[in-house]
Amino acid sequence: MRQAPEPVHVIKERRDKALAALVEGVPYIRTLGVSFDRRGDELTAVLNYDEKLIGNPMLPALHGGATASFLEVCAIMELSFHLLWDEVESGRLDADSLTPDTLPRLPKTIDFTVDYLRSGLPRDAYARARVNRSGRRYASVHVEAWQDNRERLFAQATGHFLMPERP
Amino acid sequence: MRTTSQTTASGKGAIARQFIEALPFSKALQMRLDEFGDGLAVISMPYDTRLVGDPRTNVIHGGAVSALMDTCGGAAVMGHPDAVLPTATIDLRIDYMRPATPGDRITARAHCYHVTRSVAFVRAEAFDADDTRPVAAATGAFTVTRNEVAP
Repeated sequence: MRQAPEPVHVIKERRDKALAALVEGVPYIRTLGVSFDRRGDELTAVLNYDEKLIGNPMLPALHGGATASFLEVCAIMELSFHLLWDEVESGRLDADSLTPDTLPRLPKTIDFTVDYLRSGLPRDAYARARVNRSGRRYASVHVEAWQDNRERLFAQATGHFLMPERP
Repeated sequence: MRTTSQTTASGKGAIARQFIEALPFSKALQMRLDEFGDGLAVISMPYDTRLVGDPRTNVIHGGAVSALMDTCGGAAVMGHPDAVLPTATIDLRIDYMRPATPGDRITARAHCYHVTRSVAFVRAEAFDADDTRPVAAATGAFTVTRNEVAP
């Protein structure tokens, strides 16, 4: 006898709750106005346009610092969400009772290099991160950001991260 | 937004201060231009709970430090005698040496140490209240618009 698969809404709710707990724990994500779209375990970060993200108002263009922050937020969330995904999907953590104290510790940035390819336009931006290597202690992550066209990146970044101690 | 070669250092400084402190994102992070001129810039920002990146430690997010470094690097370029406002970042690398102490003001010091016809090279460091141990270090390349002297 095979066990009946979990109802789809139960799975979705668990995963969305896990993501929301992570995102809501970080004040700077709200300050920037970043949200996340989830498809299975794939995340797309969205930088919701706001006038405060502008650098040079004469152009106008997104501030390089806003772009760098957006890419770093995206990279850290990608790493953290995958740590949390394993804990929640295996049942070791309950998605209903996640607090900043029960969530896995966040990775720490060692270095982060941003490549500004073209100026950021005053509209929403999107980013996806790819974990190129994730060992027990160190991870290397690449992030790509675009606006209108997925093939026309306006910025990309590579960063190294110190992973939290795992039990 | 063009300045001429006749512009005095203090005149350029006043324009730069106004320009940098009016950038909406720099304003949102409450950045303040403390020193400016001759390829050097010092910009600081106060600790703010809205910038926290790790709720367990209340340490501010690396991205906020990057934003400060980027602004300060750009200001150092604008302060270079050969450059004209404004500039754009080509690339910026940040090394995070230690977490900034929660509650402390963060101060970035940037030096534009070389300028070619079209590129400016910058090194920067960021400190919290302890100015002997940097929180982060950065190296960057920025675009340059030359301060052309009319023939």
